[in-house]
Amino acid sequence: MAYKFDFGAIVPHWQLLFDGVILTTELTVIGAVVGVGLGIMGAWARASRAPVISQIVGVYVELIRNTPFLVQLFFIFFGLPALGVKLTEFQAAVLAMIVNLGAYSTEIIRAGILAIPQGQIEAAQSLAMNRVQIFRYVVILPALKKIWPALSSQIVIVMLGSSVCSQIAAEELTFGANYIQALNFRAFEVYFVVTGLYLVMSILLRMGLKVLGNFLFERRRHV
Amino acid sequence: MSEFSLWDIAYNLLLAARWTVLLSLTAFVLGGLVGLLLLMVRTAGNPWVIRLVRGYVELFQGTPLLMQLFIVFFGLPLIGLDVSPWVAATLGLTLFTSAFLTEIWRGCVESIGKGQWEASASLGMNFTQQMRYIVLPQALRIAVPPTVGFSVQVVKGTAVASIIGFVELTKAGTMITNATYEPFTVYGCVAVMYFLICYPLSLFARHLEGKFRHVAR
Amino acid sequence: MSLVELHAIHKSFGELEVLKGIDLSIDEGQVIALIGKSGSGKSTLLRTINGLEVIDDGVIIVDGKKISDRDADLLGLRLQVGMVFQQFNLFPHYTALENVMLSPQVVKKQSKAEAKQIAEEMLAKVGLADKMMHYPDQLSGGQQQRVAIARALAMKPKVLLCDEVTSALDPELVNEVLAVVRQLAEEGMTLVMVTHEMRFAREVCDKLVFMHQGRIHETGDPEEVFSNPKTPELSSFVGGLA
Ligand SMILES: Nc1ncnc2c1ncn2[C@@H]1O[C@H](COP(=O)(O)OP(=O)(O)OP(=O)(O)O)[C@@H](O)[C@H]1O
Ligand SMILES: [Mg+2]
Repeated sequence: MAYKFDFGAIVPHWQLLFDGVILTTELTVIGAVVGVGLGIMGAWARASRAPVISQIVGVYVELIRNTPFLVQLFFIFFGLPALGVKLTEFQAAVLAMIVNLGAYSTEIIRAGILAIPQGQIEAAQSLAMNRVQIFRYVVILPALKKIWPALSSQIVIVMLGSSVCSQIAAEELTFGANYIQALNFRAFEVYFVVTGLYLVMSILLRMGLKVLGNFLFERRRHV
Repeated sequence: MSEFSLWDIAYNLLLAARWTVLLSLTAFVLGGLVGLLLLMVRTAGNPWVIRLVRGYVELFQGTPLLMQLFIVFFGLPLIGLDVSPWVAATLGLTLFTSAFLTEIWRGCVESIGKGQWEASASLGMNFTQQMRYIVLPQALRIAVPPTVGFSVQVVKGTAVASIIGFVELTKAGTMITNATYEPFTVYGCVAVMYFLICYPLSLFARHLEGKFRHVAR
Repeated sequence: MSLVELHAIHKSFGELEVLKGIDLSIDEGQVIALIGKSGSGKSTLLRTINGLEVIDDGVIIVDGKKISDRDADLLGLRLQVGMVFQQFNLFPHYTALENVMLSPQVVKKQSKAEAKQIAEEMLAKVGLADKMMHYPDQLSGGQQQRVAIARALAMKPKVLLCDEVTSALDPELVNEVLAVVRQLAEEGMTLVMVTHEMRFAREVCDKLVFMHQGRIHETGDPEEVFSNPKTPELSSFVGGLA
């Protein structure tokens, strides 16, 4: 009667999990880099004096932040073809992650920009810098530095959230798990192990982002 | 092409949205209670308990919600408890919520300065009195906006429950799409409904934040 | 017998030994000034007397009773010993009156009317009868500190500890607080105060305790100690201030 755990049943399928880890990593890296880039532009637009652009970005941010990632993903993958935009599973997953992270990081980075003391900006103005120069040289790095922990957490959240991309058959880690449990009927064991893999990945990602943060913000001071 | 009008789609989604709301409310309330309990035992400060609670929080914050639901859904039958998707989703989301809320609230309690603890201690208060009269009243005020803000995450989290077969808004969207072949419209409607639930909560959280920022006490 | 007796008090923070064997007795009605360089351990000493720091070794006797670090003892200790902090530490969510009333009510279980009467009395004593309904953020620093003094007094402590109670204040607000402390001293309150106000210490205190590197380096009558320091450390400390 008592259930006998059999974690060994996963071993023959390790390749699937390995491929899944790789794909999840790819999704996360592309999503994070482009998503944060989008966030920087979004924050710039929000801070800009063109009210229309600022408002459009504001609507984008609110729409994304107030709907589930899974629905965004379905909309992009199943809905967009109606407009003639056909994407592969991978493309749809990446796009969803970019759009999602872009919205969150817009808000996060904007908070960082607002926290820059007005005196910094006035000093730059008094040195005859224009708005782009001020943003580029005076504002963005300290702003990013300030919100780097929050941004890192958001990137981890997006990485973990990518597990639902299995639902459009993007072959990331959870997809691998689903596939294996359909082969060996060991759902609990498979998901247990995969949960562990995600935990390790999120810890590594967090550490990596910390190192990256140190690199970006500490070294720069000597340049 | 299909005999479903926009109204039919919206109406059926609306029916399913009730389950989204119910699941969110249940998970939020139960998760809040568990979170409060964890906060109390943690603040009282046995180092082992602190470590345990921290591990709990890190586990739930470091793994996908989908995996948490899967483990509950596939794990409970192994110990002889056959659970419906509703029970599994409620339990999974409750645990998820409790981990996040207890962490949010810990931050609030810790933001109450050392001086407040010391001043109340110097007046002869014990831990319970300090908590009750000094720390919690202040922490609660700080905690309200982020707590309301987190409720949005809970609502969005319920969408993941569709994957273990719980029929709520997202799952209904998929089912209706399969019947109508109009994914653009259907998922558009689904998104709008989530937005209608979440956006007011977000606005309310922001409103509270502004309000509490200006009033120090 | 003295009201408070400290014997061979030792206290370390990790590797750093902050109190290296302190002996001190505080008599009833005595007003003691604790002086010394920053980091010499003045605050730490004061906080051990109120049980805010747990000592590693030594004995604290208050009113004839030895204090251990059991919770019950600590609470008992704090009923006898009041404290006023450099940063006031008023409870921001209570009015001045409520700040003063709270502890008599919840700790001493006094009735609301009783607590209120005492609180009003104490607030009047520190000159704030007209500010009772104000919240801390509606009061100046000097007023806040006076509320904090009233709050400590409402518990009817046998000893009042004051840690640099004027250091966080703007210069023009210092005197209103010192005036209250002076009045307490004149009424016979037992006081131990860490202070950098040397003139005040000289005028008001009965005994001066100079701390240096975790030890009591020199002690005596303020007048005498100031005009005739026996150790080079104290004379350089006093000289540095002048
Ligand atoms: N909680 C603590 N943890 C670690 N070290 C501490 C702690 N509290 C105090 N110290 C250290 O103990 C030493 C004595 O501190 P204390 O606050 O007693 O000095 P002080 O004489 O009151 O100085 P000041 O005039 O600056 O207030 C200092 O070196 C301080 O850094
Ligand atoms: Mg000090």
